Amino acid sequence: MSITQTLQIAWEGLMLNRVRSFLTTLGIIIGVASVIMMLAISAGAEAAIAEQINSLGANLLIVSPIRGVPGASRTMVYEDAEAIAETVSSATSVSAEQNASQTVKGGSTTLEAISILGVTDSFPGVRDYAIGEGRFFTTEENDRGVKVAVLGYGIAQDLFGEESPIGQQITIGSTRLTVIGVMAQKGIVADVDYDGRVYVPIEIVFQKFMPTAIGGDRVRTIYVKAESPEVIESTISQVTTVLAERHDVDPAQPDFTIQTQQDIISTQQATTEAFRDLLGWVAGVSLVVGGIGIMNIMLVSVTERTREIGLRQALGARPRDVQLQFLLEALILSLAGGLVGVLAGVGGSTLFGALGEMRTEIVPLSIPLAFTAAGSVGIFFGYYPATKAAQLDPIVALRHE
Amino acid sequence: METPLIEITDLQKVYGVGDIAVYALRKVSLNIRSGEFAAVMGPSGSGKSTLMNILGCLDRPTDGTYRLDGEDVSHMNRAELAGVRNRKIGFIFQSFNLLPRLSALKNVMLPMLYSDVIMPLEEREILAAEALERVGLGRRLHHRPNELSGGQQQRVAIARALINRPPLILADEPTGNLDTHSSAEIMSLLADLHTQGVTIAMVTHDPERAAQAERVICMRDGQVVSDGRGDRHECLERRS
Ligand SMILES: Nc1ncnc2c1ncn2[C@@H]1O[C@H](COP(=O)(O)OP(=O)(O)OP(=O)(O)O)[C@@H](O)[C@H]1O
Ligand SMILES: [Mg+2]
Repeated sequence: MSITQTLQIAWEGLMLNRVRSFLTTLGIIIGVASVIMMLAISAGAEAAIAEQINSLGANLLIVSPIRGVPGASRTMVYEDAEAIAETVSSATSVSAEQNASQTVKGGSTTLEAISILGVTDSFPGVRDYAIGEGRFFTTEENDRGVKVAVLGYGIAQDLFGEESPIGQQITIGSTRLTVIGVMAQKGIVADVDYDGRVYVPIEIVFQKFMPTAIGGDRVRTIYVKAESPEVIESTISQVTTVLAERHDVDPAQPDFTIQTQQDIISTQQATTEAFRDLLGWVAGVSLVVGGIGIMNIMLVSVTERTREIGLRQALGARPRDVQLQFLLEALILSLAGGLVGVLAGVGGSTLFGALGEMRTEIVPLSIPLAFTAAGSVGIFFGYYPATKAAQLDPIVALRHE
Repeated sequence: METPLIEITDLQKVYGVGDIAVYALRKVSLNIRSGEFAAVMGPSGSGKSTLMNILGCLDRPTDGTYRLDGEDVSHMNRAELAGVRNRKIGFIFQSFNLLPRLSALKNVMLPMLYSDVIMPLEEREILAAEALERVGLGRRLHHRPNELSGGQQQRVAIARALINRPPLILADEPTGNLDTHSSAEIMSLLADLHTQGVTIAMVTHDPERAAQAERVICMRDGQVVSDGRGDRHECLERRS
């Protein structure tokens, strides 16, 4: 018997009970949708990670102080950054950062509570952060505390609109500065609004925005750019040695932490992975439940159509003709469920990406994969009912009411 | 002498074992020649259906041999028997056994679905339509079984039995569910087939119908008690 004819018989069989057939496939639909969404979330997370690595800058170490370590006499200061730059050979460049929150005035606009980042001239290089317009400040301007500022893209828009901010005067707190550059647009990455900041020489933050009681040269972060990914580990140990010595602490119990990009990413990754694993379970369980649903409905169908099976056998249907007919029914059911599931999964992923914080990217390969999974479930769980149908005794089947 | 179409020797069918064993057929031997029209009679439980099921290759004997059209079918497997049924046997059932969701035409086409002879759809439809015309249903091709009378349904079943041109037609009480008028129609159809050379074995309880066959095989307790031609016959007399 030809496959198209068998297909047609199987299709007619399913059309006898449309609603029942649809309900049966719900498990498959959910399972397949979960597979698609799971992979879309994974891919989205990977893309977000790649983006974050870019936003942080390649081969970056982030050194931050820990407060309250016993025996720690000092917190991290600007000289620590200079010492690292001088002694750590595998560090290609080093920058320090201290921040403050200030009111910024420019043109006729006043912006409250703007993050002012005091950094050194090496900051754009260390963080792989491009200048959009104008220039960044120089070593000399930084050391001498020249009153210049580089605006984040959004701040420049807010203050000056379409006008070029270069050469304009702004007031931060009570200090007047000249705008010499605007950073390239970067947006919000990992909850940090890069465009909503103002960058000034760190000396200015020390002099103007830090109360002297706290310590005029304390820094919040030191950025160290390692030569290559291979030397990151040795760079960490060199930085640790230098700082521990300067801070007079045990290198095993330092008063600072050194994070790599990987550390930062891992925390974020963990949440995504947990969610993805959950979806993986949902997918697996739904597919199995869906498969059992298919098996159940196929067993019902075989019982209901026992007489038909007997008749077909009498007219010459071989056991494998009957088996194939019911296997195809199960396969059509599961593939139809797969199709709806793919649509639901693609729709769900898109919706999820649009609504939630989690980024999703639909993986094209996940569609054939999901279909294969659905089809395999159909064949696996359809096999028993189909075989049962094929093994019916024609006489018994024909006598069935 | 030519080989008979049906040749059974010492055929036994036993259901169950030991004390509860039921001997449905006890050493039945008989031949049916090609072109014969044989009626099988006998009281309820005498083994008529059991015999027909074995003749129809739906069931296998417990013991004994069955040669159909020169081929020993008593030891064939299920798939081989299905092939034999498809090629060599047309069934007419008491309860018609049409698939309710299919049109008369589609029902008649069913046996071709399982045939080794591959034919394009249009050709199969033409053959099925011709078969329906032959049983007088040329104008009912697209009716579903529930739109047809009992007699018409049985005629569809006859067309279906004939579609693969099998040498043997087996009918187990084909008129059992029909009124007198429809029964007469079906019987005359079978008689026509007989004159065209088709071999027919038919179970019936009705002596009048049996009398229309050229041979009456009478069974009791799983054995053939008389087997003869003509209208003076043990089974027929006892009944009437
Ligand atoms: N599957 C079975 N299991 C056990 N016994 C059976 C089975 N099928 C038939 N029998 C027994 O075999 C005997 C012959 O049954 P069969 O159906 O051949 O009778 P029959 O002549 O066709 O009767 P009727 O005229 O009522 O149709 C009966 O005693 C019956 O009970
Ligand atoms: Mg019977």
